[in-house]
Amino acid sequence: MEYKSFPGGIHPPDAKKYSKNSSIADPPLPQKVIIPLLQHIGAPSKPVVKVGDEVKLGQKIAEAGGFVSIPMHASISGKITNIAKFPHPAGLMQQAIEITGNGKDDWIDLVDDENYFELSAEEIKKRIAEAGICGMGGAGFPTHVKLSPPQDKPIDTVILNGVECEPYLTADYRLMLERPEAIISGLKLLMKTVKAENGIIGIESNKPDAIKLFEELLKDEKNIKVTGLKLKYPQGAEKQLIYAATGRKVPNQGGLPMSVGTVVQNVGTAVAVYEAVRYKKPLIQRVISVTGKIVKNPRNINARIGTLCKDLLEFCDGTTEEIGKVISGGPMMGFALFTLDTPIGKGSSGLLIMNKKEASKNEESTCLRCGRCVDVCPMNLVPSLIASNVRYNDIKSAEKYGAMDCIKCGSCAYVCPSHIKLIQWIDIAKIKISEMRSS
Amino acid sequence: MSQIYAVSAAPHIKQKISVSSVMWQVALALTPALLAAVVFFGIRSLELTIYGILAAVITEALFQKIRQVPITVTDGSAVVTGMLISFNLNVASPWWLPVAGSVFAITIGKQIFGGLGHNPMNPALLGRAFLVASWPTLTTAGWTASAPFKNLFEGSINGLKNLPSNIPDVITSATPLGVAKALRDPAIISRDMAETVMNKLADMDTIRHLFWGNIGGCIGEVSAGLLLLGAAYLAYKHIIEWRIPVSYIATVFVLIYVFGGINGLFSASILLPVFHIFAGGLILGAFFMATDMVTSPVTKRGRYIFGIGCGIITVVIRLVGGYPEGVSYSILLMNIAVPLIDKYTVPKPFGEVRS
Repeated sequence: MEYKSFPGGIHPPDAKKYSKNSSIADPPLPQKVIIPLLQHIGAPSKPVVKVGDEVKLGQKIAEAGGFVSIPMHASISGKITNIAKFPHPAGLMQQAIEITGNGKDDWIDLVDDENYFELSAEEIKKRIAEAGICGMGGAGFPTHVKLSPPQDKPIDTVILNGVECEPYLTADYRLMLERPEAIISGLKLLMKTVKAENGIIGIESNKPDAIKLFEELLKDEKNIKVTGLKLKYPQGAEKQLIYAATGRKVPNQGGLPMSVGTVVQNVGTAVAVYEAVRYKKPLIQRVISVTGKIVKNPRNINARIGTLCKDLLEFCDGTTEEIGKVISGGPMMGFALFTLDTPIGKGSSGLLIMNKKEASKNEESTCLRCGRCVDVCPMNLVPSLIASNVRYNDIKSAEKYGAMDCIKCGSCAYVCPSHIKLIQWIDIAKIKISEMRSS
Repeated sequence: MSQIYAVSAAPHIKQKISVSSVMWQVALALTPALLAAVVFFGIRSLELTIYGILAAVITEALFQKIRQVPITVTDGSAVVTGMLISFNLNVASPWWLPVAGSVFAITIGKQIFGGLGHNPMNPALLGRAFLVASWPTLTTAGWTASAPFKNLFEGSINGLKNLPSNIPDVITSATPLGVAKALRDPAIISRDMAETVMNKLADMDTIRHLFWGNIGGCIGEVSAGLLLLGAAYLAYKHIIEWRIPVSYIATVFVLIYVFGGINGLFSASILLPVFHIFAGGLILGAFFMATDMVTSPVTKRGRYIFGIGCGIITVVIRLVGGYPEGVSYSILLMNIAVPLIDKYTVPKPFGEVRS
């Protein structure tokens, strides 16, 4: 197979060995979950329950706060015990709903619509929106919004992202091995919804068994193919994946995949879509990798949304060493958490635990102008000059060197010999450019 | 409340690379060529190199002490500067020559601008320019030719020396580029004689000697082959990148092929550009000085422009300028142009809609 790719990028050690061979496991039912009201891009959800209410598993507890928003559902049955600020999977504290479980795990009424594939596009989209599905690869864009392109932007290709280019993470990999039929059904539903003729499943070359499995399952499908992708980070970034899989370039300065006739969804999202459409099952759990060198028993876990990180780590038998850093997501783009009392969200693909040594950071030193950041930037920006200009408050120049097009993949910071915190500087640049534009 | 962990922004993993690992690897890559110099020119080349390094390191430490900034001499950058200064000297130089060059390079070339990362020009080349301007005879004349080279050129060099008058200092020396330069001047050498010698220069034997080091020249320029070995290591480690040296050397090749012959355009043998690549400081300059991170463009297109610019200036100086060798001035001149090059070669972001 010929593996496709994109210009730029890096080759961090993939570190998937810790959890790649562990099948997806069901943890014990959590006694308590904390469901953040903002687990997605867009408006926060609005609670429709109050403290003291009894809720069933899958019951809606918060409704979408607008079109670009999603509802939230109870991921265990029990009682609402608090609505307040709690630690958030993307760091800091955010408004969330706490449910204390009753241990019964009784579901709301689900259906089994065997003719689910005959449903209209509108009905499919409605069920997806009702199930509270957002992108499960990390960014968390509401899925029904992605599936509602304007009339003048026809979609011809749906791409499923099975790249999982973040080191350590293996949740998507295990899902592809263990639930390939659900992924394919989800893809077909997505294609039907946006009237796309073609489906592509993009998988990185370090998962040859997954590539082979899908090739086998899809050998009679004319419109769906598997595209093998080179092992390179950030191969799974949306724009880079679209380019590798179709040769199309999403326009910069805020262009969307739909501008080039594509929709990209994570493989986990495809499974959620399948379950939402067939069973009207809301998104109440996801697969997450709990991994790291010091995790005693790294695993891929089918965890309820809102499960606390400490419960997941306990299910993996804790750590062998003192914890240095706790990361929600992958090591390249994940968020460092200040406490294990943080819940996981719909976009939480991993819980990575590092020891003290792995967590140590070097001090920034002077930029050598070596240009390594320029060489690896998948967006073709000049990270070092963005950083140095924003440092001296020259916001116009930072804009000129491409700050607004940064996808925050972290490749530049990864290769910098001077340990410059390029992503943080570029974040500052983005904020200041927005301020400049709005004033 | 349970335990609180320290947080930081992504990415949470980091390639194992630092400023000092980069600099020490450059120093390591220069070592084979230094060993070659010891073999061909004797232990004196090592002594001179150590003087250069010590002077550079001590100067940097003193200057940083005066500036009241952290002393960073262990990062290896001053060591590299000192090495390169000495590499540009001939082995018969007095001990104070590399010292003077290093002191100038570190103070005026580097620290006065704010230290590593802020200097507009390569400090070692600036130091060399200072030495050439201050002690022209010590730095450009009286090269020591190693024995095989003497034999190779005995006839032709003697032919040059026996010419009655008008022989500038540079001709009495025996660097290959010095000879090549003289051949272009009909006032020094007859056309027939020039052609004979030119054929001798553009000859596989000569080139083989240039490659392995049996020639006269500076300490660090002696063996193109071992310099390339070091450069290959750095390229493999992604410490130098290929665009600058490749575009630089390719430009020199093409221009010498077109303009290098003494009988008009395209009159040069194909081996003449090869001779020009391995003679003098081109290999050292292209791989170790033009690629100096601080003083070369950060953009990819900029690096091509930089390399091509260095190539053009080098050839102009070698063929029509006042010196036999133009590598160091070409790089210094292009160093000055770097901010401008960077400014006009900002890459288009991925997905830029071209109008």
